[in-house]
Amino acid sequence: MARSVVERTLAGVTESLEQSLFAEEIAREPGALQSLDPRVKLIGFLALLLAVSFVHNLWVLVSLYCLTLILAWISRVPLDRFVKRVWLALPFFTGMVAIPVLFNFVTPGNPLLVLSNSPYIAITEQGARAAAFLILRVGTSVSLAVLLVLVTPWATLLRALNVLKVPTLFLLVLGMTYRYIYLLLRTSSDMFLARQSRVVGRMKAADQRRVVTNTMGNLLGKSYDMSQEVYFAMLSRGYRGRPRTLDQFQMKPRDWAWAAGLVTLAVVAVILGGR
Amino acid sequence: MVGMRQNGSAPALFEVDNVHFSYDGRQPALDGVSLRITAGEKIAILGSNGSGKSTLLKLLDGLYFPTSGAVRYRGTPLSETVFNSDDFSFAFRRAVSLVFQDTDVQLFSPTVWEEVAFAPLQLDIPDDEVRARVAKALATLRIEHLAERTPHRLSGGEKRRVALASVLSLGPDVWLLDEPTTGLDPRSQSWLIDFILERSTVGETFITATHDLDIVSIIADRVYVFDETHKIVAEGTPAEILSNHALLLQCNLIHEHSHRHGELVHSHPHGHEGHAAHEHAA
Repeated sequence: MARSVVERTLAGVTESLEQSLFAEEIAREPGALQSLDPRVKLIGFLALLLAVSFVHNLWVLVSLYCLTLILAWISRVPLDRFVKRVWLALPFFTGMVAIPVLFNFVTPGNPLLVLSNSPYIAITEQGARAAAFLILRVGTSVSLAVLLVLVTPWATLLRALNVLKVPTLFLLVLGMTYRYIYLLLRTSSDMFLARQSRVVGRMKAADQRRVVTNTMGNLLGKSYDMSQEVYFAMLSRGYRGRPRTLDQFQMKPRDWAWAAGLVTLAVVAVILGGR
Repeated sequence: MVGMRQNGSAPALFEVDNVHFSYDGRQPALDGVSLRITAGEKIAILGSNGSGKSTLLKLLDGLYFPTSGAVRYRGTPLSETVFNSDDFSFAFRRAVSLVFQDTDVQLFSPTVWEEVAFAPLQLDIPDDEVRARVAKALATLRIEHLAERTPHRLSGGEKRRVALASVLSLGPDVWLLDEPTTGLDPRSQSWLIDFILERSTVGETFITATHDLDIVSIIADRVYVFDETHKIVAEGTPAEILSNHALLLQCNLIHEHSHRHGELVHSHPHGHEGHAAHEHAA
C-alpha cells in the first residue's frame, strides 16, 4: 500500500536519526582508527583519496578498496552495513554517468557485446574498462569518506579541520549547523507525529501538501526565532563577532606512526598505479 | 504596589528605573518597571507566562535595552554604546551570566566540552586557564563523563547541568536564571536548588524568574511579582508574598480549584506547579 507524504517524511526523519545514532555508536567503539588523533585520520584519508584520484591501474585501485575494507574491519565497523551503504546508493549517481561510457558511440574500441547491427550499437572492451574504473574510483572514494565519518565523531572531525587552516568562523557555523539539524529533525518529526495522531483514514493529496507546506512554514519560523535566541545566548557569554576556539588534541608516537603509514601507502599506490 | 520594601542602604548592583519595553512598538512587554537589587541577594521574579519575567532578565543581561527608563549596573546605565567598549563589555560579561529557559538555545556547540569552554575563550582567558576552568566546572557539576557528548543526545537534567557549567566556567558574581526548574524531574530539581543555595553562600547573587511557587521560599530572600499587565505589583519576603492569596490569584499564579470528596464539595487555591495552599470554602 502506498504511503502518504506524512508517513514517508516520518520514515525519512527516523532513518536519518537512526543513521546518526549508528555512526555515533561506531565512533565510540574501541577500534583501531577510533583511537587515533582525528588530525591523523583527516590527513591520512585525504592522502588516500588523492591517491585514488591519481591511480590509473585497475589492480592498484582494487587494492586501495581492499585496504579501505581492512581499515573498516580493524575499526569494528560492520562490513555488511558499510558495503551496502556505499554500493546501494552508488548506481543511482555514478551508474547514470557510467552507462553511456560502455557503448561504442562514446568509447570506440573492440566490441565485447554487439546489441544491434543496424544501427551498430555495441559495448566495447575499452568502454567496459572505463566504466569499471569510474565506478570503482567513486566507490573507493565514497567508502573512504564514509569510513572517516563513521570512525570519528562529526564534532571532532570539524575541530580537526583546523589543521587544514579552515577559518574558525566557518567551523563555528558548521558546528552549529550540525547541532541544530538534529534539533530541527526532531521538531519536524514531532510535528508530523502530532499531525499523524489526529488523522483517521487516508488524507487527500491536497491536504497532504497543505500539511507539508504548513510544517515547512512553522519550522522556518521556529528556526528563525531560535537563531535570534541562540545569538543572544552567544552574546551573553561574551561573543563579540571574533570567535576563539581551542582544541585538546595531542599527538602520540602511535599517531605519528599511523600518519606516516597511511601517507606512505598513498604515495606507493600513486607510484605503482601511474600511467 | 503591595509591600514595597527595597534594600536602600547597600549600594545597588542593579537599578531598574521606570522601564518600558516593547518588542513591536505597540504591545508593552514591560510597563513602568522599577526595582533595586544589591550584591549577594537571592531574588525571585514571580509572574505567569508572558508577564515579562524573561524580558526583564534579558534587559538585566544587556541583551535588550529599554524603550524608555533606565537599567543601571553598578551605576552605569546599560545601553548599546557602553557595550561597544571592550573594557565594560568584558567586565560585565565576566560578572553577569544568564541561563536561558530553553537549554537547546543555551547549548549551541557541537560538544559539551566546547560549550563549557565557549565563554572563557570569548573573554580572552589564556588557553591553560580555560582548560582548567572547564575541568573544574565539569567536575563541580559531576558531568566529566559527558565532555565529548553532543548536547542533542542528553537528557533534560543533563542539559540543565551543562547549561549551568557553561556559565560556571566564567565564575560569574551574578546569575540570572530563567525558569530553571522547567522540565526537570524531582531529583534534578532538588539538585538545582542545592546548587543555588551552595553558590549563594559564597556571596553570589541569584535572580531567578519563575512561576514555580514551591521553590520560591527556598531560593529567594526577596520576591518581585509581575501581574499580567507587565507591571511589578508587589515586592516582599517569600512568606509575605506566598501568604497573599488575593495577590497570587490576581497575578494568575494560583487559581481556584473545586473538587468533591464524597458529598463534600470544597475549593482551594491551586498553584501552577502544585502549590499546596488548601482552604475549605464550603
